[in-house]
Amino acid sequence: MWGRLSLDALPDDIVTIGGVVLGAVALLLVVGLLTYFKKWRWLWKNYLTSLDPKKIGIMYIVVAVIMLLRGLADVAMLRAQQAVFATMESSPISADLFQQVFSAHGTIMIFFVAMGVLFGIINLILPLQIGSRDVAFPLLNSISFWLFAAGMVLINLSLAVGEFSTAGWLAYPPLSTLEYSPGTGIDYWIWALQIAGIGTTLSGVNFIATILTMRRKGMTLMKMPIFVWSILGSMALVVFAFPILTATLGLLTLDRTLDTNFFTSTLGGNPMMYINMIWAWGHPEVYILILPAFGIFSEIVPIFARKKLFGYASMVIAIIAITILSFTVWLHHFFTMGAGANVNAFFGIMTMIIAVPTGVKVFNWLFTMYRGRISFTNPMLWFMGFVATFTLGGLTGVMLAVPGIDFQMHNTLFLVAHFHNMIIGGVLFGAFAALEYWFPKFTGFKLHEGLGKIAFWNWIVGFMLAFIPLYILGMMGAARRLDSYDPSLGWQGLFVVAGIGVVVILLGVFFQVVQVAYSVWKRKELAVGPDPWDGRTLEWATPTPIPEYNFAKMTPVTSRDEFWELKRKKVDISKPGTYEAIKVPKNTPLGIWVAAAAFLVGFGIIWYMWWLALLGFVLTVGLIIYITLREDTEETLSAAKIKSIEDKAWGRA
Amino acid sequence: MTKFLEKLIAFITVKKVVGLLALLVVIVTLGLVLYLQDKNIPVLNPQGIIADKQLSLLVFTTILGLFVIIPVFIMMFAFAWKYRENSKKKPKYTPDVGGNKMFELLWWGIPFVIIIILSIVTWFSTHDLDPYKPLRSSTKPITIQVVALQWRWLFIYPEQNIATINEVRFPEKTPINFEISGDAPMSAFWIPSLGSQTYAMNGMTSQLKLEANGVGEYIGMNTNINGEGYADMRFKAISLRSSDFIDWANNVRMTEPGLNWNKYEAIQPQTRDTSVYRYSLIDHDIFDRILMKYMDHGGSSHSGHTSSSEHDSSHDMMSEMEGM
Repeated sequence: MWGRLSLDALPDDIVTIGGVVLGAVALLLVVGLLTYFKKWRWLWKNYLTSLDPKKIGIMYIVVAVIMLLRGLADVAMLRAQQAVFATMESSPISADLFQQVFSAHGTIMIFFVAMGVLFGIINLILPLQIGSRDVAFPLLNSISFWLFAAGMVLINLSLAVGEFSTAGWLAYPPLSTLEYSPGTGIDYWIWALQIAGIGTTLSGVNFIATILTMRRKGMTLMKMPIFVWSILGSMALVVFAFPILTATLGLLTLDRTLDTNFFTSTLGGNPMMYINMIWAWGHPEVYILILPAFGIFSEIVPIFARKKLFGYASMVIAIIAITILSFTVWLHHFFTMGAGANVNAFFGIMTMIIAVPTGVKVFNWLFTMYRGRISFTNPMLWFMGFVATFTLGGLTGVMLAVPGIDFQMHNTLFLVAHFHNMIIGGVLFGAFAALEYWFPKFTGFKLHEGLGKIAFWNWIVGFMLAFIPLYILGMMGAARRLDSYDPSLGWQGLFVVAGIGVVVILLGVFFQVVQVAYSVWKRKELAVGPDPWDGRTLEWATPTPIPEYNFAKMTPVTSRDEFWELKRKKVDISKPGTYEAIKVPKNTPLGIWVAAAAFLVGFGIIWYMWWLALLGFVLTVGLIIYITLREDTEETLSAAKIKSIEDKAWGRA
Repeated sequence: MTKFLEKLIAFITVKKVVGLLALLVVIVTLGLVLYLQDKNIPVLNPQGIIADKQLSLLVFTTILGLFVIIPVFIMMFAFAWKYRENSKKKPKYTPDVGGNKMFELLWWGIPFVIIIILSIVTWFSTHDLDPYKPLRSSTKPITIQVVALQWRWLFIYPEQNIATINEVRFPEKTPINFEISGDAPMSAFWIPSLGSQTYAMNGMTSQLKLEANGVGEYIGMNTNINGEGYADMRFKAISLRSSDFIDWANNVRMTEPGLNWNKYEAIQPQTRDTSVYRYSLIDHDIFDRILMKYMDHGGSSHSGHTSSSEHDSSHDMMSEMEGM
């Protein structure tokens, strides 16, 4: 009945128990507050069951922010261990726990922070920027989000019930095979990713369909904002890459549950096949994350330089080039696995070639600033911070692309510093810029400027202090993922500096939390109109708050910077017109049910409760069949209703 | 309460925070400079011919990269300063310029040229630094078989008939042919002072050829996580004068206990013991038998890896990779 689930699955070390208690208290607090303020119905109706991409986007971002805090707590433990406890006789963090923590840190930061915030921003912005009223498949979008949430719940549940993977964020076999990792950790990792990953694939399909079929009339491909182009590239990568992840995880599951031997080191299994497959997904994944960040900066720089984006066509070509090239470089993640010189040199050179379109984008942004009129708002600061850190990461990336150098630096902290340079400097700074830039569109007030600047400087300085020592440590011979080292190696001082860096970054995060809280408190003073930055694209041509249907009038688009041109032609978009009835999707909790059923499949297989897995599978299939048969999924807002909403939204009531 | 919070927020200004952070950066930088005075950075202080070449490559790539990075930094700060909104000089403002074919061609072109240069260097250096390529030397190479265990390193000297755990000694100025395999989850063998790391995988032999420039003692690492005791997989790599090495090897063969297959099976299971052990070699086929453990059941794709002598001239793993 209970498979291998028993009371032994509860944590017994003080650090894990502390984490569980902390998580449980936070959860109880949220539940308590919702109950006290009688907000459950409001939450259910306005968010949980909503198919409005703006609502779904906000839920993605809320989950991503909570997971960012979890990932940061993880990294605080890792650095505390390496700076203080590693050289001691005994540490509160055992080797096993340390390995669970870094595996969780990597997995959470990529899948539940970076991907979460990315899909949050896409949901919020993309339909608006293409002048659409919705995404192509609203219910599918909700299902994607809830699958993402189910994966998130699984990975956090592993803290309280069972254990997490100790095999790193990509769980290379044979370490991840049953022979060497018999516990539930790898299975939690597999199913958290499998469920969230299928959600991601569905999102990819959804947004490609949205971009290709739901653009406003007149918006040709070459009139799309660059952010939309970057999402098209990113989602194309999702659709091609994520099925590889699904297949790879599926084969690993078979190895672990049905005793197959795809990736074992015995009986003809081949772990190298897994490593190729996981990186055939893993490298495009890096570009899935970074392309949208490029898109975000391509929106922000023209706004705050008050000038047209430089080299639009170049930007588009660069995005397409990066999209295609990102599938031709995966082997650079394992030059040291023994491929011959020809193969290694080929993949090294392909990797360097990607630096060309990336460099072109940087120069185009810089020349957007050239002869502009630049205001140094926080999004612009994040952009400049991004250029500084990202080019440095680009340099170390080109170094690692040379197989001869990679043979020395691979799997050291040098490599760790490099990819944090790209992901923090690129993806995270891009996300911060985006959140700060688009925040007033969804709330009606700006974030406090001064506190944001303080957070920015803490992040930049903390980032340098945290990662420059890692470059040095890598060259001193420090491998990644070490829970202890010989004190005579002289590494401790550098780990201490890296730890100070983490503290400064945490201060930055603290100021960001204060910034949001303070801004909410002072929202009356920080209130702004629907177009606070003098926007160029269609998302700013809406009232704030944005009506569920986004746009009442679907006036055809004539130029790239449509809203900018409208303002220049003195077109008053708030002017009332003749309205027509609009169909919007009805709320439905089906997304939650599908994800819950998928969760049962994962949980059942993790704990060998086969009946539960089967039940979950039957429910999932049943629900999907039910969804295909469903009718009456939309409701119609009458023209009169639209008129009253619009009058109110534009302050004409 | 609200008054106090408002005052507090007003008190913490951007200027104060930036000032404090700048102070922190200065202190930490000074501290780091002092701290690193007496520290050895093996990658920057190479002790072997491979690591020498790798350092030159590192320096070359960095300089080439700086040709792009420095202009980017200069332009970013120069443009940001010159075209700032509240500049009193009223610099030129061209809000409708959306590109310039010449300029764009320039920055498609220049990085492309740099990458072509780097590609040529990459092509030749990758072949030159290929870990399978025999090193040119007048001295006869020495073969050392390396086995990654959970969680220690076994070194077998088929020519000297000895074996060691967690310590490898070799003669200076002599090419070393490391034949690397594993009886554990994938691990990686690395001596940073000598250069180049290679994965150690079950049922497969990876080749790595290194040579120490002189006498010395270096750290060796596992860089790929292979279980709970992964961090314990440090070993000492000791380069000796040729005569000293011969004396040491003879001494080990005469005085240390024997290593046969049964003894190997006793040392193979998981342990976090980091001590050094030395053995005289009784069974000469231990390395091959470790490889065979993973090929017993036929149908294996690694059947080409049974004997170590086949590997010197061919790239087994490469052909395997290319077959994928």
